[in-house]
Amino acid sequence: MSTSKINLVMLKKLFIFTVIMFAFGYALVPFYEKFCEVTGINNLLQPDILVEENWVDTDRWITVELDANTTGIPWDFKPLQSSVRIHPGEPVDVLYEIRNHTDREVNGQAIPSYSPRLLERYLKKFECFCFTKQVLKPNEVRQMPVQFTIEPGIPADVHTVTISYTFFELPGGQKAINDK
Amino acid sequence: MAAVHGDVHGHGHGDHHPTGIMRWVMTTNHKDIGTMYLWFALSMFFVGGTLAMGIRAELYQPGIQILEPELFNQFTTLHGLIMVFGAVMPAFVGFANWQVPMMIGAPDMAFARMNNWSFWLLPVAASFLIISFFVPGGAAAGGWTFYPPLSVQGGLGVDLMIFAVHILGASSIMGAINIITTILNMRAPGMTLMKMPMFVWTWLITAYLLVLVMPVLAGTVTMLLTDRHFGTSFFNAAGGGDPVLFQHIFWFFGHPEVYIMILPAFGIVSEIIPTFARKRLFGYSSMVYATASIALLSCFVWAHHMFTVGMPVVGQLFFMYMTMLIAVPTGVKVFNWTATMWQGSMTFETPMLFSIGFIFLFVIGGFSGVICAIVPIDIQVQETYYVIAHFHYVLVSGSLFALFAGAYYWIPKWTGRMYNETLGKWHFWLSMFFFNLTFFVQHFLGLAGMPRRIPDYALQFADFNMVSSIGAFGFGLTQILFVYIMVSCVRSGEPAPEKPWEGATTLEWTHLPTPAPYHSFETPPVIK
Repeated sequence: MSTSKINLVMLKKLFIFTVIMFAFGYALVPFYEKFCEVTGINNLLQPDILVEENWVDTDRWITVELDANTTGIPWDFKPLQSSVRIHPGEPVDVLYEIRNHTDREVNGQAIPSYSPRLLERYLKKFECFCFTKQVLKPNEVRQMPVQFTIEPGIPADVHTVTISYTFFELPGGQKAINDK
Repeated sequence: MAAVHGDVHGHGHGDHHPTGIMRWVMTTNHKDIGTMYLWFALSMFFVGGTLAMGIRAELYQPGIQILEPELFNQFTTLHGLIMVFGAVMPAFVGFANWQVPMMIGAPDMAFARMNNWSFWLLPVAASFLIISFFVPGGAAAGGWTFYPPLSVQGGLGVDLMIFAVHILGASSIMGAINIITTILNMRAPGMTLMKMPMFVWTWLITAYLLVLVMPVLAGTVTMLLTDRHFGTSFFNAAGGGDPVLFQHIFWFFGHPEVYIMILPAFGIVSEIIPTFARKRLFGYSSMVYATASIALLSCFVWAHHMFTVGMPVVGQLFFMYMTMLIAVPTGVKVFNWTATMWQGSMTFETPMLFSIGFIFLFVIGGFSGVICAIVPIDIQVQETYYVIAHFHYVLVSGSLFALFAGAYYWIPKWTGRMYNETLGKWHFWLSMFFFNLTFFVQHFLGLAGMPRRIPDYALQFADFNMVSSIGAFGFGLTQILFVYIMVSCVRSGEPAPEKPWEGATTLEWTHLPTPAPYHSFETPPVIK
């Protein structure tokens, strides 16, 4: 083969390799999702197991502020109480309400976010609307519970925490992000 | 450069290439393209440098004096992007264009027309970056790493930046494919892989790194673009995405990228030290293996840029140990350079001074890198001036000093004229002094907790910041001297002797006249 032909073969190989690496960048997205699922990192959307006879620290009070947001979804979304005062270790129920104010069926998914960040380690959720996809018929209103506790191990200087949810729309038929 | 242009006629190859500006637009000659890369990189170096002067002027005193915080953020962001993608990378590609064919005995690059395209993409991308300062909302301001959510929220400037990165990536990939093909297929008979000069070896490995990670960066910015305009949510948490995912994908590109910017520097230094020590490079094959292991390891250390995102301890430990492991092949290189100088009959012309300065200061940057690799310390110094000091020691006194060394070393071969040695030495010593004045004190600022990318600071940081700013202004002015030396060398330098460096052993010095003819090695030399 002449040099220029060998060069063109090489060019083709390297170009294909480049395209593969471009696709690899995209393949990292599902790869990381799977990786986090298998290793249990970032499992904000999995229920925790309720331990009976949990120790309750009745000497401390923690104020839990509840927050609700929507992004790109035609729903009203709000907590029915803006905050609750609880003892660490005590299981507590709160209610959120969603209202679909359109005349079409809309699928939504909520993503939690905590403040301060270390709350993630101590917050145990046994029941949450964020574990599953929510489907609202036209103009339907739904009240949804969140059942959780904050473990007594949370550092003593934490007096107020915030639990925030953001609803976003799932295109029709798309699975909720933790349906595997 | 003018001298190359003037030399064309003497060789009678019947060149019918256009003259004037069209010569440069249409050229497919590796020397012309190399020259354009180098001038382009030098101009971008001054654009990025001007931004750095703005940053240091604002940080001269506490409080906000010159740049509003929004503009300051744009300056830091564009300073990083322009220096990385516009100055350092094109400069090394310029060296590859000039030197790789001459050092392996090839007549030109493998794909001469593609070579022309990959250069002419650069000015387009650079103008996107510069124009972005003048669009509504200004340039991208979320840091050169463009982390979401800021890069998802920003204005038109971010879109221009994304397109610029796309174009620069395409240019780099084409350049890398060209270099790999040239090195693998077009070596002169007898030039086996293990006889190649170190500069060619380091560029071969760098080019492989480029085709490995540049497409991943292209994918990352494409995801960012679709997140911004086409309703996807790769990185938007309020849509099921994850901003930490961006950091993982970005740094999968980003860490090999820092080796893309330093491996060719290793190559240049590995050519210069043996020449001026008048000895063969100590441990040639261990140099090759060390370069390859650095490249390989660089693909498994990315998360050390993000120890504070909340990753499990096991992950932190893995990336910490992998990062520390890189110190081993890098140490091999440093010891080999030192051993090359050992008992050599050394002289200290400007290229050698810059190379020794490189070794000295790069080792400091390398050590602060190992310190940053230690998780608990990294968590302390993350996003502080300690990190700034670290990577400027490896990028400025590392890559940039090697580029200066290479420019002084090869300019006689390229132009047939000598630079002014006295001024060259002045350039070195002034750069050395002002560089350390600028960046050494930033270690102290970082350890004391001064955060990066913030236009104002607490009063206790004032003195060191003033010292650092004075150093930066001095360093910036010194680089005008470099332009003067280069321009006066090209225009009116003393004619260079046939072999200005008696210790040089590579093909361009032993088999080609000075200056190198416009067309070289049309009949390949035979290597014994």
